[in-house]
Amino acid sequence: MRHTISLLLENESGALSRVSGLFSARGYNIESLTVAATEDPTVSRMTLVTRGSDNIIEQITKQLNKLVDVIKLIDLTEGLHIERELLLVKINVPTSNQREEIKRLVDIFRGKIIDVSNNYTVELTGTPHKLDAFIKALENMKIQEVVRSGILGIGRGDKNLHL
Amino acid sequence: MNEDANEADQITGANILINSLVAEGVEFIFGYPGGAVLHIYDALFQQNKLQHILVRHEQGATHAADGYARATGKAGVALVTSGPGATNAITGIATAYMDSIPMVVITGQVASKLIGNDAFQEVDSIGISRPCVKHNFLVKDVKELATTVKKAFYIATTGRPGPVIIDIPKDITAHKAVFEYPEKIQMRSYKPILNGHTGQIRRAAELILSAKRPVIYTGGGVVLGNASKELIEFTRLLGFPITQTLMGLGSYPANDPLFIGMLGMHGAYETNTAMHQADVLIAIGARFDDRVTGDLEQFCPKAKIIHIDIDPASISKTVTVDIPIVGTVNRVLTALIKIIKETDKKPDANALAAWWKQIKTWKQETNSLVYNRNSDKIKPQFVIETLSELTKGEIFVTSDVGQHQMFVAQFYKFLQPRRWINSGGLGTMGFGLPAAMGVQLAHPDDTVVCVTGEASIQMCIQELSTCKQYDLPIKIINLNNGYMGMVRQWQEMFYDNRYSHSYVDSLPDFMKLAESYGHVGMKIDKPSDVEAALKEALAIKDKLVFMDIIIDDKENVYPMVAAGKSHNEMVLRPEGELA
Ligand SMILES: Cc1ncc(C[n+]2csc(CCOP(=O)(O)OP(=O)(O)O)c2C)c(N)n1
Repeated sequence: MRHTISLLLENESGALSRVSGLFSARGYNIESLTVAATEDPTVSRMTLVTRGSDNIIEQITKQLNKLVDVIKLIDLTEGLHIERELLLVKINVPTSNQREEIKRLVDIFRGKIIDVSNNYTVELTGTPHKLDAFIKALENMKIQEVVRSGILGIGRGDKNLHL
Repeated sequence: MNEDANEADQITGANILINSLVAEGVEFIFGYPGGAVLHIYDALFQQNKLQHILVRHEQGATHAADGYARATGKAGVALVTSGPGATNAITGIATAYMDSIPMVVITGQVASKLIGNDAFQEVDSIGISRPCVKHNFLVKDVKELATTVKKAFYIATTGRPGPVIIDIPKDITAHKAVFEYPEKIQMRSYKPILNGHTGQIRRAAELILSAKRPVIYTGGGVVLGNASKELIEFTRLLGFPITQTLMGLGSYPANDPLFIGMLGMHGAYETNTAMHQADVLIAIGARFDDRVTGDLEQFCPKAKIIHIDIDPASISKTVTVDIPIVGTVNRVLTALIKIIKETDKKPDANALAAWWKQIKTWKQETNSLVYNRNSDKIKPQFVIETLSELTKGEIFVTSDVGQHQMFVAQFYKFLQPRRWINSGGLGTMGFGLPAAMGVQLAHPDDTVVCVTGEASIQMCIQELSTCKQYDLPIKIINLNNGYMGMVRQWQEMFYDNRYSHSYVDSLPDFMKLAESYGHVGMKIDKPSDVEAALKEALAIKDKLVFMDIIIDDKENVYPMVAAGKSHNEMVLRPEGELA
């Protein structure tokens, strides 16, 4: 099953490589990994999406907890939670028809056109599924570049991960 | 604080390091100099609180520090230079990591401003060591050095112990700061769990008291956790059979009637069979290594399993257990002993008597540790048995890796923890001699024996020179079969006797080699000479003795559970070999 795990870790230079090294050394897969400092600059927050049987997920969370730089973690998948990802996509729009089509699609998906040059750059946030659907809807267009941020997760309501 | 005002109070990073090690109670530091650690060596030269032991190869430094740690329970300390010094140390660090040995390794690093430039003797020590350390630190500011040392010792010695590296760029050892060593350290990201969950302990006690065919299975965690006393009390209170892993030997006395020997790949028949038939398995400070479990699908198929361990990640890693208890072994055992003593329920005496009878029958029927005692060649088992009888568990024994290691595990009766020192997890040839140096320095008045093979000993033989320099009177028993015996055995059993590159040609004359270093050399090739030679060697208290014992070159370790097979598929010694 797919699991989304949130971690708080020491904001130290080696911390990210300890996490990624753990995954490669033990043969676990990482679907998505995002990390940035939190409001407390000594702490980073990471969202990690992985896949595995219950046993493997249990091992993953235990091994992560064992890393000296990891302060706390929760498996968001165990409760209600929100996931968001940011997409930037650059699209060729030579004809006015295509420009209209893009504007319509961006409206429907509630995205934004954030740059207009000889092409359009669209910004869109949402669940990974929504971003997939948007890219699929662009099937007939010429996409020049796609950038995705990786997934961010947060628990709903009072389910918090903090120090 | 005004930094200029107290410049007089400031000392160099090198001195801060040494003061910190002294504050940690370090006695010995095993090392080898080089460019990146010259400031540290200069500071070592000008002090007399720490004794530096100059090894002949950095692998030797880490194994010696490791041996010291295994024999004392204190963290071993090694010091190596950057680049090749650090890479040479890696084998020893990985060895300690696999067996959870507390160790602090200081690696020199190129100057901060050179890091990342492929500078002379630069390697990414932090990156290279990451998968085989409990934690590692790169020191970026001399003001952090003392606290980093404190953290390193704290991490290395608490929870599930392990090696920690401190990588120190050369300029940091020259920079100055005021030395203040923290009394205590708190880390928000590192808090080992000590006490087991009381509900789980209660459930475990119930299951234990309802057992009809119980087995206690213990590992290195009992040794590391200094829980031998509690284990003995617990086992005797219940009267259950107890087996131990290679790493656990000694933490329960081998001459006790409840001890049923080592289990696993070369465990006795009755021991592995008891595992296979058990209804309750009490695993204590053990990690269900593949050399112990064999085929996981068939491991203890009838048993409910209780697992006590300090490391949550060890629990249900390979074998799913019924009652996990995370905590230090001695605290959890103490809690269990209390409950068992207070409750009215007693172990089922009839069931237990029948179980013991069954185990003894298995033992008598198979006699699985048997070997030919009438051979005209020296049998390695005979050497170890004789050593065991002569020394009565009162010595320290280190070993290398191979058949000789298994023969010690099978035939030497260890009566106390921390007396049996070997590389179980990584299986590192070359470990035995340098580890013995660490043990001998920690216990100068005790006898330290290194049991080795002619292949293993050559992997760190240069340390014979170190032994001479520091007058370490180690007794080396070289069980010389001319082969990488364990490899040859597998080739005999699984590769149709094709002995591919397992014959060790062009051996040196070990006796002369030892003598050339200034040690005593002995060569023994007759069974009738073994006992007298051992006595003679053990009587030499002030010199290293190298005993080159020419043994039967085709002897195999039996019984055996082949890799991936199950405990009930043991191979016994073929009858024909006993004639
Ligand atoms: C560094 C290292 N290289 C290779 C091995 C694989 N290996 C395991 S046992 C063994 C043979 C050891 O031979 P020897 O030291 O003569 O001991 P014996 O088995 O003959 O008692 C080898 C090569 C190892 N364990 N460690």
